[in-house]
Amino acid sequence: MARIMAGMGTSHVPGAGAAMDNGKTGEPYWEPLFTGLEPLRKWHSQNVPDVNIIVFNDHATSFSLDNYSTFTIGVAEEFQPADEGWGPRKVPVVEGHPELAWHLVEELIFEEFDMAVAGSLDVDHGLTVPLSIAYDQPEKWPTKVIPLCVNVIQYPQPTPLRCFKLGQAIRRAVDSFDKDLSVGIWGTGGLSHQLGGERAGVVNPKFDNTFLDNMTKDPMANTRISHTDFIREAGSEGIEMIMWNVMRGALNETVKEVYRFYHIPVSATAYGGLILENE
Amino acid sequence: MTTRDYDDVPGTYVLDSRTYRKGYHLNMFLMTLNKSECRDVFAADEAGYLSGFKITELQKQAVLDRDYLGMLKLGANAYYAFKLVSHDRHPPQVMYGKMNRPELSFDEFQDMMLKGGRPIDGNRSKKETPNG
Repeated sequence: MARIMAGMGTSHVPGAGAAMDNGKTGEPYWEPLFTGLEPLRKWHSQNVPDVNIIVFNDHATSFSLDNYSTFTIGVAEEFQPADEGWGPRKVPVVEGHPELAWHLVEELIFEEFDMAVAGSLDVDHGLTVPLSIAYDQPEKWPTKVIPLCVNVIQYPQPTPLRCFKLGQAIRRAVDSFDKDLSVGIWGTGGLSHQLGGERAGVVNPKFDNTFLDNMTKDPMANTRISHTDFIREAGSEGIEMIMWNVMRGALNETVKEVYRFYHIPVSATAYGGLILENE
Repeated sequence: MTTRDYDDVPGTYVLDSRTYRKGYHLNMFLMTLNKSECRDVFAADEAGYLSGFKITELQKQAVLDRDYLGMLKLGANAYYAFKLVSHDRHPPQVMYGKMNRPELSFDEFQDMMLKGGRPIDGNRSKKETPNG
């Protein structure tokens, strides 16, 4: 039987990927972030699952105004790092797990989550930066990956409660997979940030830390935040945080926080990193 | 035009149906900059490349002027506008700084972030501050 080992939440700021790609992690601007990430990386080196389900969003890369599904699962054998305007990141190709991915598609759709299915999907920084944050710069990623893309950039995004319920359904689907597999689930994006308009650069540590506290103390509280509250309190791009609810929904009711790190700034973003283990 | 409760948030442009419709062709132009062959054509003749899209003269001028705030007011979304600042080989803080009023340089924007970012207090509602 497959089982979910643990969950990670992490921001996916493209600048952090570029810092690694260009050998700048020791520069004064980046040093606090990458020092803060050391325990997270150590944990990952000791807890490598067979597959990671990475809940991420595409940033006008493979999806655009032409076609943007609310929830998409990648079922391909592999996913190429995307060209998002400055050439593809020079990171390993992301290997998929079509068998588990298709199992998720079937189970989720029969649970009335109408998943879109992507057989070809170039993955942008939303997915590859978390891999780099967890695993640094290997020649090959140590796990297979199922990309689960959520529309968080085009209003109306799915509700935070729907994201949590999707996580719960993913948990049931993984539990019912009949092969012995260890599975990690990552929620990515956030925390508070705004990238457009005169208010760009707004961050809200109090909101972020309450959200992080509630991942262990009261996860349902994080399902009751309205879209307007996200926009107002966490910046127009802060609503990416709903993807962490998918991760949280897939874990046990009670979880243990084994790592937390919060740092401002990474570009215009409040960085958050979290590892949760099932209790 | 339906009003939304988040319209009260200052200096913020949400990619909702109103922005979507106003900015569709502008954003789809920006989307083409994901492709290196399109970036090359755009670099060789920006105005000529833009004339191939159904965008307004105001939108076209905002792109040529790298008037990012103007682009957002005309329907562009920040994630799409990134393609343009990346095409210029500038870090995104250049775009963020140019959207501030008054404009901030890269260093000034970076400095604001290093000091903890733009504070949320005073920036939640247009009742507090008109433009964030």
